[in-house]
Amino acid sequence: MNRRSFMQLLSGASVAAVSLMDTELGQMVGLGAGPAQAQGKPGVLRVAMTAADIPLTTGQPSQGAEGIRFMGITLYDGLTRWDLSKSDQAAQVIPDLAESWTVNPQDQKVWTFKLRKGVKFHDGSEFNADAVVWNFDKLMKQDSPQFDQAQSNQAASYDANIGSWKKIDDYTVEIATKRIDAVLPYNLAGLFMSSPKRWEELGKDWSKFAEKPSGTGPWILESFKPRERAEMVRNAEHWDKTRVPKSERLILLPMPDANTRVAALLSGQVDWIEAPPPDAVPRLKSQKMQIVTNLYPHIWPFQLSYLDDSPFKDVRVRKAANLAIDRDGIVKMLGGLAAPAKGMVDEKHPWFGKPTFEIKYDPEGAKKLLKEAGYGPDKPVKAKFIISPSGSGQMQPLPMNEFIKENFKDVGIDLEFEVLDWEALRARRRLGAWAPENKGRHGINNSWAYWDPDIGLIGTAASFAKVPGGFNWGDFNDAKTDELSTKAKAAFDPAEQNKILAELHSHIVDQAMWIWVVHDLNPRAMRPNVKGFVQAQSWFQDLTPVSVT
Amino acid sequence: MLVYVLRRILYTVPIAMGVSLVCFALIHLAPGDPLSAIIPEGASPETVAQVRAAYGFDQPLPVQYLKWLQHVVMGDFGNSIMTQRPVMHEVLPALANTLVLAAAAVLFGFALGCLFGVVSGYLAGKPTDKAVTAVSITGVSIPHYWLGMVLMVIFAVELNLLPATGMGEGGSGTFGLGWDSLQYLILPALTLSVIPAGIIARSVRGTIAEVRKQDFMQTLHAKGLPGRRIFVHVVKNALPAVLAVMGLQLAQLLGGSILVETVFSWPGTGFLLNNAIFTRDLPVLQGTILVLAMFFVLINLTVDVVQTAVDPRIKRA
Repeated sequence: MNRRSFMQLLSGASVAAVSLMDTELGQMVGLGAGPAQAQGKPGVLRVAMTAADIPLTTGQPSQGAEGIRFMGITLYDGLTRWDLSKSDQAAQVIPDLAESWTVNPQDQKVWTFKLRKGVKFHDGSEFNADAVVWNFDKLMKQDSPQFDQAQSNQAASYDANIGSWKKIDDYTVEIATKRIDAVLPYNLAGLFMSSPKRWEELGKDWSKFAEKPSGTGPWILESFKPRERAEMVRNAEHWDKTRVPKSERLILLPMPDANTRVAALLSGQVDWIEAPPPDAVPRLKSQKMQIVTNLYPHIWPFQLSYLDDSPFKDVRVRKAANLAIDRDGIVKMLGGLAAPAKGMVDEKHPWFGKPTFEIKYDPEGAKKLLKEAGYGPDKPVKAKFIISPSGSGQMQPLPMNEFIKENFKDVGIDLEFEVLDWEALRARRRLGAWAPENKGRHGINNSWAYWDPDIGLIGTAASFAKVPGGFNWGDFNDAKTDELSTKAKAAFDPAEQNKILAELHSHIVDQAMWIWVVHDLNPRAMRPNVKGFVQAQSWFQDLTPVSVT
Repeated sequence: MLVYVLRRILYTVPIAMGVSLVCFALIHLAPGDPLSAIIPEGASPETVAQVRAAYGFDQPLPVQYLKWLQHVVMGDFGNSIMTQRPVMHEVLPALANTLVLAAAAVLFGFALGCLFGVVSGYLAGKPTDKAVTAVSITGVSIPHYWLGMVLMVIFAVELNLLPATGMGEGGSGTFGLGWDSLQYLILPALTLSVIPAGIIARSVRGTIAEVRKQDFMQTLHAKGLPGRRIFVHVVKNALPAVLAVMGLQLAQLLGGSILVETVFSWPGTGFLLNNAIFTRDLPVLQGTILVLAMFFVLINLTVDVVQTAVDPRIKRA
């Protein structure tokens, strides 16, 4: 018995045990959900995160998007922020600590930001232009006393194109980008402002600051214990009165095991869990738990190699692979917690555009294309993809990949996998398809985000955005893509930029740049007494309107 | 005896060196890069190079190892790459939490194991022995992870008698001897105790059955000694072998269980190691493994010393 079938057997046994509890034992002992062991208190929101540790608390959180969701936008604000108040449209970037900004028409690399007045850090000190400059120095000026390597690491993808910054007056700062970059306001939503005064008070020591951080955000960190819990209290003095938290207290609990999170929710130990496994959803629903889902900028794809040894250099093979996948079947397998992909971004997204190549399940069409490309039953396409058994945003990668392998086999693509753990896969993604380590690998199954134009479209597609530094893993190289990407980077009017990005997206779909499979629906489960949550179409979520009754 | 103990303590130095070297080599042989966990996608090559240099990962491996060793000798295990906190600040509280869990598991496991083993050994070959043996084998064979989940479903979710995860409402900081805290300990400790209970039961059964077949037992019976006195002789003769097994099991438990601690979100060394492995937090991995290895060595030494004390037949030079 191999490891996988063994694990399936185990998980099957667990499911069987849960079902048994549902029926016989539960009835036999006459107990449903009895008085819970650790019932919540009104006003206290207890959240089980998927992370195994509390993200960094100093300003730039670790643990990726989950870190920003729970330790970034809770304690801190940026110059801009995501508008997370709507569930029916993709989240947009809006002003936050900066009230407005302009671009210098003579030199479009230079931006002027007008700061909001009357904003105070949790320690009572004032937020102003000096604080912005101090925070940018903290991340990017290695010889500044407050430079913090840990925060600098986390900020690296947001500040990569920021060249210089200076104070103009107390409430005005000027930021210059290295290259013309209309995507800057998106990036600024990921750079958070820590309090210079608190850092000074604590002996200029970031490890002490981590225990008693001070930002301008809607929550104040009261205490935290590594790998166990973090407790925050409401910042009643938050400058934006509409974002003063409805709950008095927010408790974050790291719980990396998905089944444990489900058990913790069902037993009343937490009020809210991130990412319940699809097979637990019916059980959660039967216990009256709320299951909240929504589209968000997530795609589960195979990023393809365009090297000479890759069969995917031929657009017909790429299209055939996209047509070979029964996405509805995968969605069904995932209990409906996914949406079939029609491209990199979802169909309702402003960047979707009007691709002429329709991504759908058409095995006959796939076979025809492969025949045209010189393949057939006697000569199947042979491809090898790198996959992982788990990882952030990877959904259920093993069964999904097995499913796709069967779909591919049906049309004449023989797929082989190299299974690496999540960090090992990410390390191989950083290297690019041309690295010796990736020789003979024609694709990599790394779930992806498209929350901003850089990460979603330009950085993955443009030839000037190869890894490292960009996200183009497979060396996709296409003149029209480069032209549209450059245009989008210089389009300062958001509507105009969206139009160009829609054109770019249509083009890469027509080129079948990647194999796009499904979008995750970002499930989270909460107890019936959790009210007021609006699930935005975003990797980040606002906990301020949430109350526990 | 004293010379023996001192010599054994001295042996820990090369063992520690060996463990640290093997651990260091394995971590670097495994695929992955610690930087991929701490630098977001899309960082520029200059940033990656700067960070690599800042953490010393640009140095040749032997240099990295020797530098680490040099610091460890001075008592500095370095800082976690992920959290920047000193490694010892991560390891020691986790070790304390694992000790709490291990102590409870030892209590459950040893008591159950000895009880089952003695009953089985005395009734060797009888139906009771077969039933107890079957239970012991099940204990040894059952996957921890699965058992933990099932216990959690039964006692936390369905019956709602015990909490599912964590160390209490206030976390490990407020863990005490009251029911408020101890109720969090029961499920993980029980899960963790099943394997040692099974192994100890098998070992005690075998040893007792063996001792009871020996000639001197017949002599004791012939002398008309009451069963109670004979039992004392059986235990005395069986103890050294059983102690060795218990020592190993104790060391295993103190090492923490990655799976059980992760299932129950118990913030011990297993939970710490699990996270450090997935994030390639090399200083934490090396520090934790070294500390745990030293624990193993010390426990083995203690067991050897105790064995000698209870069994004069074992001579230590």
